[in-house]
Amino acid sequence: MASGNGPRIAVALDGAGWHPAAWREPGARPGELLTAGYWTDLVREAEAGKLDFVTIEDSLALQTVNSLDRPGERTDIVQGRLDAVLVAARVAPLTSHIGLVPTAVVTHTEPFHLSKAIATLDYVSSGRAGVRVQVAGRAADNRHFGRREFGEFRLEDAAEPDRPSPLKDLFDEAADYVEVLRRLWDSWEDDAEIRDVATGRFVDRGKLHYIDFEGRWFSVKGPSITPRPPQGQPLVTALAHAAIPYRLAARSADVVHVTPFDRAHAATIVAAVRDEQDRAGRGAETLHVFGDVVVFLGETERAAADRKARLDDLAGAAYSSDAPVFTGTPAGLADLLLDWHAAGLSGFRLRPGALPHDLTAITRGLVPELRARGAFRTEYEAGTLRGLLGLARPANRYAAV
Amino acid sequence: MTQPRKQIHLAAHFPGVNNTTVWSDPEAGSHIEFSSFVKLAQTAERAKFDFFFLAEGLRLREQNGQIYDLDVVGRPDTFTVLSALAAVTDRLGLAGTINSTFNEPFEVARQFASLDHLSAGRAAWNVVTSWDAFTGENFRRGGFLPQDQRYERAETFLRTAWELFDSWRGDEVAADAGTGVFLRDPAAGAFAHHDAHFAIEGRFPVPRSPQGRPVIIQAGDSEEGREFAAATADAIFSRYGTLEAGQKFYSDVKGRLGKYGRTPEQLVILPAATFVLGDTDAEAHERAHDVRLQQVSGQTAIKFLEQVWNTDLGGHDPDGPLPSTDPVVDGSTIAPGRASVRMYRDPLATAREWRQLAEAKNLTTRELIVEVTGRQTFIGSPSTVAATIDDLVQADAADGFILVPHVTPGGLDEFADTVVPLLQERGSFRTGYSGTTLREHLGLDT
Repeated sequence: MASGNGPRIAVALDGAGWHPAAWREPGARPGELLTAGYWTDLVREAEAGKLDFVTIEDSLALQTVNSLDRPGERTDIVQGRLDAVLVAARVAPLTSHIGLVPTAVVTHTEPFHLSKAIATLDYVSSGRAGVRVQVAGRAADNRHFGRREFGEFRLEDAAEPDRPSPLKDLFDEAADYVEVLRRLWDSWEDDAEIRDVATGRFVDRGKLHYIDFEGRWFSVKGPSITPRPPQGQPLVTALAHAAIPYRLAARSADVVHVTPFDRAHAATIVAAVRDEQDRAGRGAETLHVFGDVVVFLGETERAAADRKARLDDLAGAAYSSDAPVFTGTPAGLADLLLDWHAAGLSGFRLRPGALPHDLTAITRGLVPELRARGAFRTEYEAGTLRGLLGLARPANRYAAV
Repeated sequence: MTQPRKQIHLAAHFPGVNNTTVWSDPEAGSHIEFSSFVKLAQTAERAKFDFFFLAEGLRLREQNGQIYDLDVVGRPDTFTVLSALAAVTDRLGLAGTINSTFNEPFEVARQFASLDHLSAGRAAWNVVTSWDAFTGENFRRGGFLPQDQRYERAETFLRTAWELFDSWRGDEVAADAGTGVFLRDPAAGAFAHHDAHFAIEGRFPVPRSPQGRPVIIQAGDSEEGREFAAATADAIFSRYGTLEAGQKFYSDVKGRLGKYGRTPEQLVILPAATFVLGDTDAEAHERAHDVRLQQVSGQTAIKFLEQVWNTDLGGHDPDGPLPSTDPVVDGSTIAPGRASVRMYRDPLATAREWRQLAEAKNLTTRELIVEVTGRQTFIGSPSTVAATIDDLVQADAADGFILVPHVTPGGLDEFADTVVPLLQERGSFRTGYSGTTLREHLGLDT
């Protein structure tokens, strides 16, 4: 059966897990974090649980624990990572159904390059690609490119999408960036390649389109060098904590990852996202709102709490996160997810506290728990990521109707 | 007593977006589906090739202001497809062409270091530099470099990328769960580079990869391109595949290495080569002619002519004589972003030569273009081709070849099945991989 009325489940993979001491857990593989085998094993485990997709974290800088840390200054946490798009591509031929959603930085980088990279990920995965777009405007990120600096990003600006601010500019640029990604994906019509031996033409150039994007931050001519990917439009997701990023997601994304601290907050966020979605003129389109939850799972409440406490001890501080933190059993997590699902979240992106422990607790504990309640798939019901999320293959914006 | 034979290096070039690639062949498959890349890469690995090679072009070609539709159009993203190929191959090197003009060193270094990790030491970077505003229109920073600075920028770009690769020595990650020390060196990855092109600093986020740096390939042929290669490259993708021209280029470039403190083995010279095989030499020559006619249709001949004449010749009959008018020489080009255009630096002289040749041999326009463009490098029976390749390498005309099949994706099969065993019998080509990294395959320092 399909996922019925239950929530969709994704997992967010990052290093050895989301807890800064996760790499010190028994079962962790801290010496293998830069190997293909490590990532393949994790994604295959997620696929064995029939999860919808994995996201792979990325950043232009070394890791931090707190936002004020200088990247790389902490020597007691995992430092170093691989390009997430390339990790996803490396795993793609070795998996068959799960969606692959690498994080990609959309500040400083070139939309033309990212568009063809994600289109290619869609080809090498036969229609399972997505991208989680992420802004990067910290001074440490900027200095790696040396091209621009930004004004001061103030937290209070994040709630004011109608007031000019450096933060608003950063996200408006991201919206332009996604617009370019999407136009480039459509810049070839599906049947542009004709291979007409009689006329000697490989393509029908009437079906290749200049995108002629001109915005405040960049202009891009097009068409893409890569034909339209199998899904037409690979999945676009974004993490959002406030009104400005909600607006980006409402304009541009297929899935928005949000961080409610309780059920009522979840409902409030969903309403805020839907409001922005209407304002963006996308009220009729599907925009999934996924709740992010950091999970520390155990066979008993006690075991989970002890494990979390042990990790906190190792790290020398209680774990804190931008997302809600759940510590308990898979059954308890299922209760929470179904409750918040009923409040309007269509799915969840679970952040395993430690890998592989909390991932296998999801695939082998949470998933059977949800299935027992008729709330999760037993087989993949679609061959593409859009298909798994109930999103149709979209018509091409440039095709003559 | 015999000297050990000089060992041949071979690479497989995924067929490109020019008329060498015969998409109309009944055997021709997709140029974009991943299965085609898998097929060619696995054939190359089965044949113990050194590496798989992917070219790149960042804007669809145009002629007369329209997208050029007679050749293959469309390609994947280089990094992404190579990373995926690392999953379905085990030893084969994975070489990608990445432009130093429309990228930033930090990004490219991060991607190559990642690819080298994900392939366990098989990454190579064909560093190209281009400057044309036409391609730049696809990029946010497409317009900030004057044309005369392209080599300077390319070299600075490469050296900056090296600083990033070298910002990790390789022993910084302790990952000691007992003591809680993940990073031994709190300054790992620190870099600072400031010059006229790049002003960057910070911490590079990818620890040292298996090869340290990807293998560096270059294709420059000008005086400054050769000097750049002698100073920085591990391999050269050259265009001189014949004995005399090959030897001349080989000795010229290898002769430049000394002043950079380098030895001849540290730069591998690999001309591009096409091939047509047959059971006999005669059959191969017959097939080669048929392939040439597939590669140069009447329309393609007219398009080639237009690139030299620099004007619309849409009404010209390919089966008639060359145009009686002279090429337009006014600094404009009807085929922007196309490397071949730059080959005809003196179009008036080219036109004169072609007219003389056409008259002497009584050739039509199409026949002339078949004659003057892209004849296959190796034509013959497997034993003839194996001997030719081996002789060229033993005579120091090359260290090996980058083979460009004309059919995707099966165009290397016959070579792998018939020529490679003969090269192995001659003792000139490996029968198995002795190393795991591309640097080891190429005999380069690690």
